Amino acid sequence: MRPELAKFKPLSIKDLPKEDWIAPGHRACQGCGTVLPLKLALKVLGPNTIAVSATGCMEIISSPFPYTSWKVPWIHVAFENAASVASGIDAAIKALKRKGKLPKKEKINIVVFAGDGATFDIGLQFVSGALERGHNFIYICLDNEAYMNTGVQRSGGTPKFAHTTTSPAGKVIHGNITWKKNLDGIVIAHNIPYFATASPAFYMDYMNKVKKASLVEGPAFIHVYSPCPTGWGSKSEDTILISRLVVETRLFPLFEVIDGKYYILNRKVDKPKPVEEYLKLQRRYRHLTKEEIELIQQKANEEYERLVKLCEVFAPPKEGTKEETKET
Amino acid sequence: MGKRVAKEVSIAVADAVAQCRVDVISAYPITPQTHIVEHLAELVNNGELDAEYIPVESEHAAMSACIGAAAAGARTFTSTSSQGLLFMYENLPIASAFRLPIVMVIANRSISAPISIWNDHSDVMTTRDFGWIQTFAENGQEAVDLVYHAYRVAEKCLLPVAVNLDGFIVTHVVEPIEMLDQELVDKYLPPLKMKYKLDPKKPITMGAIGVPEIYTEAKKALDEAVKASYKMVVQAWKEFEKISGRRYQPVETYRMEDAEVAMVIMGSLAETACNAVDELRAKGKKVGLIRFRLWRPFPMQDFLKAIGRVKALCVVDRAVSHASTGGPVGIEVRSALYQSNKRPRVVNFIAGLSGRDVTKDDFIELFERTFEAISKKPKFSYEIYGVKE
Repeated sequence: MRPELAKFKPLSIKDLPKEDWIAPGHRACQGCGTVLPLKLALKVLGPNTIAVSATGCMEIISSPFPYTSWKVPWIHVAFENAASVASGIDAAIKALKRKGKLPKKEKINIVVFAGDGATFDIGLQFVSGALERGHNFIYICLDNEAYMNTGVQRSGGTPKFAHTTTSPAGKVIHGNITWKKNLDGIVIAHNIPYFATASPAFYMDYMNKVKKASLVEGPAFIHVYSPCPTGWGSKSEDTILISRLVVETRLFPLFEVIDGKYYILNRKVDKPKPVEEYLKLQRRYRHLTKEEIELIQQKANEEYERLVKLCEVFAPPKEGTKEETKET
Repeated sequence: MGKRVAKEVSIAVADAVAQCRVDVISAYPITPQTHIVEHLAELVNNGELDAEYIPVESEHAAMSACIGAAAAGARTFTSTSSQGLLFMYENLPIASAFRLPIVMVIANRSISAPISIWNDHSDVMTTRDFGWIQTFAENGQEAVDLVYHAYRVAEKCLLPVAVNLDGFIVTHVVEPIEMLDQELVDKYLPPLKMKYKLDPKKPITMGAIGVPEIYTEAKKALDEAVKASYKMVVQAWKEFEKISGRRYQPVETYRMEDAEVAMVIMGSLAETACNAVDELRAKGKKVGLIRFRLWRPFPMQDFLKAIGRVKALCVVDRAVSHASTGGPVGIEVRSALYQSNKRPRVVNFIAGLSGRDVTKDDFIELFERTFEAISKKPKFSYEIYGVKE
């Protein structure tokens, strides 16, 4: 196991600062499940952080000039290139520290916030490049499963059968025709120091993952499930319920992968709730037939079981064993 | 004063960038820019240049990383050509709107299709409205000097600068070049101190939304900044003359005294055109040459002064603006004249696309046709010269 993570002491709720680094009064919708994980990440990272946003809801709601919700330095350049912008910031900090123009010992977190469109689709190349080059930054993908900022169009992150404005539930074609892109697999294949999935319902789990991401040297990626009441046709007050159910139905398992080789399942779901319980809370799924729900159910179980196997086979070495040294 | 040493221009340009003590280089290979970024990588990996070299996965990322690095307070460099410039296109107006002093060398090359690696100005001409300061070198010595100048100007004006060199014709030629002594470079170019940058101690928001109520004002502010940069561009050349003895100005003229017909041109073709001027002058023809070294901000007054009392201008463009009123330079020149009281005949040719040779004899022909145009107005607003039929 990585030394940075070997002795990790999880944060408890008492360790969290009262202060937020994203100011209230931003323009997110009620019950937004995207701005919540963004806020919680900054709570963990604190003021010594430079944030980079891709174009998207979070950029729009937080920066209508002359107002800003950002209490940390923040930059937004374009839609697809947040990871490249972060690469430049990382290189600048490294060069300036080496040349004595920035205090050498001061740790500055660089964090990217980008949606599923900016990550799964238009920005995939840029994400891949930055991960592969090993920049020291945290990439948080706030995945609300469609292009919400432009009015709920289908992205590579949209689940099968989900209704969006460009994958409408028509009489012939029932919503999105493809399964959600396996972004996690793509990211993990870069063998980055730290990868994790998270959901705002399990907020301490998520915040500890942000903490771990900030501790590792090199790229860290957190894929955060982010309910969008406006785009999903769900109730604002159901955001947390939905983000709990998505885990309890096995649709979005919580797990971590260290260095692309050690898999850790954070939350076993031995007795899963039926996916229908999750689907029925969202109007984007209201057209689903029994057969379609059954297909989703099968896929959830299949994927989950595959993940459980990976976690068994590729479990991290237990502390005190010499597996680590043998390998190297 | 430095010694004149024979060097490939790309290598000399990279050495000049290194002398400017850049902090971050972010670049992606594309012909004919490659030798510049290869040599910089060599300097970094041999420990001769203390900089972070980001071997990005595309030109779009190259400019994105430069924006990130410059926003964090680093002196940055990138270089590209042709499709590479077009791929980073989206970021170019953002770099200037953010007022970031990024320096980019463009090894000018034609754009696809058909794909061609050879030289013309069709790549950079697509970017002329983006608020970048743009200079054009005629030869290797000028290319190197424009790099030093670019950093001086960029950091003084807080605007990005693109230095343009003709691909292959300038970039790949071995020329005797005099580099500045490091001591002089350091004097010319003090360390970069950005007033506004991504600093956790003094947080700022960069890249906020501009609603209709403020967008116009933001553009106006940038426009004023780019216009105002003219003074600093000239001032920085004056300062450069003091330390190097080499004198540069926004518009270069050659044998323009009493000229009746002047050629207007940019980049390395000007040297060939000078030979044509000499030959015609020897025959008693009153011809001269005007070369834009500074293209943005457009040096209107310098240009109007340079043309004196010519009867006709022969504008030679290196890019096509399809079905418009001229090549990019032709359009600009006509527009500038319309705002003055001068009314020389403007004859606009597009020549030397994709490295097609434009020889001394070609220039003589273009001059002759321009002389004819004085009495007989041409029927075309621009002509693509030398098309094989």
